[in-house]
Amino acid sequence: MNRNEKVLMRRDHTYTGMDARTPVIDAQDLRKTFGSFVAVNDISFSVFPGEVFGFLGPNGAGKTTTMKMIQCVSPKSGGSLKVFGREAGIYQRSIKKRLGVVPQETNLDTEFTCFENLLVYSRYFGIPKQEATGRIEELLGFVQLEEKRDVLIERLSGGMKRRLVLARALINNPDLLVLDEPTIGLDPQARHLIWEKLKVLQAQGNTIVFTTHYLEEAERLCNRLVIMDEGKILVEGSPAGLISGHVGSDIVEAEHTPEVIACIENMGVSYEVFGDMVQIFTDNPREVAKNLFDTCNPGHVFARRGSLEDVFLKLTGRALKD
Amino acid sequence: MAQSVYIPRLTRGALTVWRRNWDVFFKTYQVNFLPPLVEPILYLLAIGYGLGMFVGEIDGVPYVEFIAPAMVAISIMNSAFFECTYSSFVRMYYQKTFDAMIATPLALDEVIAGELLWGATRSFIYSSVMLVVLIGFGVVDLPLSLIILPFSFLAGLLFAGIAMCFTAITPGIDSLNYPSFLFITPMLLFSGTFFPLDVLPGGLQIFARGFLPLTQVVTVTRSLTLSTFSPYFLYSIGWISILTVLFFFVSIHLMKRRLIV
Repeated sequence: MNRNEKVLMRRDHTYTGMDARTPVIDAQDLRKTFGSFVAVNDISFSVFPGEVFGFLGPNGAGKTTTMKMIQCVSPKSGGSLKVFGREAGIYQRSIKKRLGVVPQETNLDTEFTCFENLLVYSRYFGIPKQEATGRIEELLGFVQLEEKRDVLIERLSGGMKRRLVLARALINNPDLLVLDEPTIGLDPQARHLIWEKLKVLQAQGNTIVFTTHYLEEAERLCNRLVIMDEGKILVEGSPAGLISGHVGSDIVEAEHTPEVIACIENMGVSYEVFGDMVQIFTDNPREVAKNLFDTCNPGHVFARRGSLEDVFLKLTGRALKD
Repeated sequence: MAQSVYIPRLTRGALTVWRRNWDVFFKTYQVNFLPPLVEPILYLLAIGYGLGMFVGEIDGVPYVEFIAPAMVAISIMNSAFFECTYSSFVRMYYQKTFDAMIATPLALDEVIAGELLWGATRSFIYSSVMLVVLIGFGVVDLPLSLIILPFSFLAGLLFAGIAMCFTAITPGIDSLNYPSFLFITPMLLFSGTFFPLDVLPGGLQIFARGFLPLTQVVTVTRSLTLSTFSPYFLYSIGWISILTVLFFFVSIHLMKRRLIV
C-alpha cells in the first residue's frame, strides 16, 4: 500500500449518525457584523460529506470571517450555523475536536522542530503520546517532510511550513478540514505539491472546505463552490456549471474598435468591453470568429475556453478591491 | 450548553498550554537560568555588602539580610510580570500562538489560564534559583525560608494576572512600557524593598500598604527569611490570596473580550 493512500481523515460518518444527506456544515442566513460593518451578510449554504467546497472571492469578501465562524472561534451575529448537525455557537469544544484547521497565517511554534510542533499540538487534542508519535511519523511522510523531522521551523521554506501546517491540521483524524488560503504566497512548485496532497485527501472521500482567491485552485479542487463579494454569496455551483451558466463554454476576444462593436451588435451575442479588448461569451466560438473575420476586420482574434476567472470577473467587476 | 461569559471554561487543557511554554523554556535553558544566578550575586555584593557598609543595620538586621528577601520578592514580580506582558503579547499578537491553540478543542479561557500558570511557574523557578544563591551566602534563615518556594507560585500568579490585564488592553507592544515604568519600577523602589516603609510620608505608607502588591510580597518573604512575624504577615497573605483570585478571573475575561470577536 502506498504511503500516500493511507487514510488520514475519518470517512466513516455512520458512528455519528450522519449520512450523505446530512450536511456537514449547514448555514442559514448566517450573518456577522463588526459594529456597523456587515462582514457576512445573511449567507446560506450547505456542505455535504465527501465534498470539496470552495469559497472564492476578492479580499474583504467575508471568506475568512465565515471560516472563523465554522471553526467556532468567532461567534455569529445572526442566522444559524450547524457543523456536524450541532449549533456552532454552543458545542464549540465537541465540534473543534473533529475539525482540522489550516489558518491563513502560518502560526507554527518557531522554537520547535517539525516533530515537536506536531507533538505539542497533539496534546491540545488530548491524544496520548504513543499514539501521537506514530501518527506524526505517518503525517510527516504524507507531506514529504520526513527528512526535516528534527529541523527547526525557521530553517524551512515557505512551502515546507505550509505542508507542516497541513500535517498539523490532520493530527486528530478530522472529519472536516477547513483551509483558509492554503497556498497563499507560495511559488508554483510549492502550490502544486499542496494541491497534490489535497487531491489525495479528496480522493479518499474527505470533506474539505477552503477559501482562495486563486481561481485556478478553485477550478482544480472544488466539487462545488460559492463566489462571495462584499459579504454576500453571488453564485453557487460546480466550476463547470458556473462557467457554462455565466460565460458560456468559450470566449472569443477581439480588439475594441467601433466596427467590431457594431458587428457584434448585429450578431446579437452577449459581450463585454474590458479596456482595449472585447470579450464575446459563446458556446460556438468557431462561428463567432468566422463571422468576425468575414464581416468586420477585427484585427487580432483569440478563442479560448471559458474559465472560472471569467465568471469571477464578470460577477465581481474589474475594479481593484481594497 | 451556553455558559455565562463571566465563568471561564477550564479543564486540564490549560496544562497543555502551560506544558508548551515549559518545553520552550527548557529548550533555551542556558540563557534562561543566567539572570536568576547572576543577578543576586551582583546585588548582594554591590548593594548588600558595598552600600551596606554605610547603612549598617536596619531594625537590628544587617543591611544585606534586609534586602535579600526583597530581591526574592522583586524576582517573583519581574519574572511573572514580564512573562505575561511582553512574552504573552508576542505569542498572542506576533506569533499567533493563541490562534493555533484555539483551533483545537482548547477554549481561550484555558489558553489564558495556561499562560497565567506558566507566569507563576517562572516566578517559582527564578525565585528558587535565587534562594539557592542566598542560602549559599548565608543571608536567609533555614528552614523557614523554604516556604518561599510554594509562596512564590501564589505571588507569581498574582503578578501574572495583573500583567495579563495590561496585555489584554494594550493597543501595541510599545504601550506595555507604561505599566513597566509607571507601575513596576516605582513599586520596585517604594515597597519597603531597599529601605523600610516607615521613612516614607504617612500618606505614601498607607498607599503602599493598601494598594501595592509588592509591599505585601516583601512583607511575607522578609518575615520568612528573618523568622520574624507580625499580624501584618497574615494581612499580606490574605491580601495576596484574594487579589490573585480576582485578577485571575478578570484577566481571562478581558482577554476574551479582546480576542473573541
